[in-house]
Amino acid sequence: MKKKLLSLLLITVLVFSLVGCGKKAETPVDTTDEGTEAPETETAEEIKVAMVTDEGGVHDQSFNQSAWEGLQQAEKDLGVKVSYKESQQDADFAPNFESLLDEGNDLIWGIGFKLSDAVMDAATANPEQLYAIVDSSYGDNTPENVVGVMFKAEQPSFLVGYIAGKMTKTDTVGFVGGIAGDIIWGFDYGYQAGVQYAAKELGKEIKVLNQYAESFSDVAKGKAIATQMYQQGADIVFHASGDVGNGVIEAAKEQDKWAIGVDRDQNDLAPDNVLTSAIKRVDLGVYYVTEELKKGDFPGGKTITYGLEDGAVDIAPTSNKHVPEEILKSVEDLKEKIINGEIKVPYNEETYNEYLETIK
Amino acid sequence: MKVLNDIGVIIGITLMYAAPLIYTSLGGVISENSGVVNIGLEGMMTIGAFAGAAVGYFTKNPWLGFLAAGLAGGMLALLHAIACVTFTADHVVSGIAINFIGPGLALFLCKMFFDGAAMTLPLDLDNKIPRPFNGVFPSNSFLNLVFNQYATVYIAFILVLIVWFLLYKTRLGLRIRSVGEHPRAADTLGINVYRVKYIAVILSGIFAGFGGAAMSLAVVSNYRITLISGQGFIALAAMIFGKWKPQGAMWGCLLFGAAQGLTVYLGGAGLGISSQILAMVPYLITLLVLMVFVGESNGPAANGLQYENDKN
Repeated sequence: MKKKLLSLLLITVLVFSLVGCGKKAETPVDTTDEGTEAPETETAEEIKVAMVTDEGGVHDQSFNQSAWEGLQQAEKDLGVKVSYKESQQDADFAPNFESLLDEGNDLIWGIGFKLSDAVMDAATANPEQLYAIVDSSYGDNTPENVVGVMFKAEQPSFLVGYIAGKMTKTDTVGFVGGIAGDIIWGFDYGYQAGVQYAAKELGKEIKVLNQYAESFSDVAKGKAIATQMYQQGADIVFHASGDVGNGVIEAAKEQDKWAIGVDRDQNDLAPDNVLTSAIKRVDLGVYYVTEELKKGDFPGGKTITYGLEDGAVDIAPTSNKHVPEEILKSVEDLKEKIINGEIKVPYNEETYNEYLETIK
Repeated sequence: MKVLNDIGVIIGITLMYAAPLIYTSLGGVISENSGVVNIGLEGMMTIGAFAGAAVGYFTKNPWLGFLAAGLAGGMLALLHAIACVTFTADHVVSGIAINFIGPGLALFLCKMFFDGAAMTLPLDLDNKIPRPFNGVFPSNSFLNLVFNQYATVYIAFILVLIVWFLLYKTRLGLRIRSVGEHPRAADTLGINVYRVKYIAVILSGIFAGFGGAAMSLAVVSNYRITLISGQGFIALAAMIFGKWKPQGAMWGCLLFGAAQGLTVYLGGAGLGISSQILAMVPYLITLLVLMVFVGESNGPAANGLQYENDKN
């Protein structure tokens, strides 16, 4: 009796989960249909672009949302047809790419580093289909039908480092990294360079405390590291550590110190304690590549790195809440100098040491 | 003075780290003493973390959030109890299912209530769980570093006492343990084995839910998908480390927290140790202590076994 009931229960669960899957697969979303009619008159064939998110989904208030905004903009301006598929778990990545392939999309985006393996697999299996990935680079192994989109993280990090250097009252600032590696080093050394630039301007020494959480999700560790840094006298801490930074910002909030956010404007997490953020405009990266596709010269087989010159990285728009105007003005000057090559922002230890020579 | 403050920082980090784990591993202790293996603690913690943050945000009352978290964890545990106790399903399989349902449900509800966002909106400092000793000691003093903790930390230790009392000094506790050791014998003595197991499993869910809320209402102030990533399993390990006893589990959690505190301290001391190596320290210490000091640990005799009485 019990066993029968159990199997019945299990069958029900199975059926429901299948229904769940079916529903998920059937809800491709194209919110705006109006934009699609214009291009049909121009081009014989309309271009379809789609993206796959990770678990965050298109309203995650982070890079998925930003990417989707970029695609929507592309739909409006370029008349391409756009859609997305949200993943509920890592195991959904591959099936989502598969079903977008079946829908006949011209270009399929994977949003975020987490999807890089799935994009690589899909691209190798379907060499005729075009793919793009945000925040990941396959270097020299990039297949011809794939483009990687990266951002010069060191540039906005330099700018927020400069702000931190200018605003620190204790002459000590901090940096909390996620998992040490090429990507986070870009933030780390860019930030240190910015701090030292400000230190030189002010003619004083500023100490940069530096620690890696070796995680992108352990908020408690982020909080612990930041607490310790504030304890050691830092009054501003910049983080490039994904969700670990949630803990960093929490520590700033509790102790009423400054934190600097990353990737997007994180001021909403603690309006009185997030000084500024080093942001990257995933939407612009997505838009630019889609534009190239539309023009017919898809930059396949390589990684494009967008920076200040493309407007794809910046400091957060809410920075004027807490940062004095004259510092923001100098930041604008610095942007010019970075764009015209006067300042070469370092992105690893080697370039950082070269940089230190130049500002001596 | 500097040394004292450094120690204060480490103790503070230890307590912050350990509190959510203590709740959850107490949950594990109760459930497994009744003979139901509960690897679903992680999922129950996740749903608790979400429910706590969401209810806390909407009601602006952290304590309501905290209770809601316990309730949410308890509901998920009820599912586990139905599967394992009534339908004699394999405990591990059911636990794994719970670990999928918890985060999935949390994400689904989060998107429903927060305009599709994958995280809840942050609480103001005033709407978080209070810190009873905030401002009592001078800031940056040793006492402040150690004692200026969220109330959830203190409640965790009080609950260790309560659970110890429940398990070893009350009739229900005796029943829970007897059901976990030898359900057939307990049954012949007229104990309703199923009911006792149900109570224990649901209690464990409530505790795990509290553990989740201790993360989302005290350690940080909102829920996001990565908030609970592995704490449930660490709590489970702490329970085994503590030989299925509440006080032992507590020491396990504290040890792990202290190891994390030490790691953060060493990382900030500028000793030039690679951060990857440092990140392994807590796990190495736990493993070492387990091998050297704790020795053999045996759980309840009928833990993880299905029990069906003869009436049907």
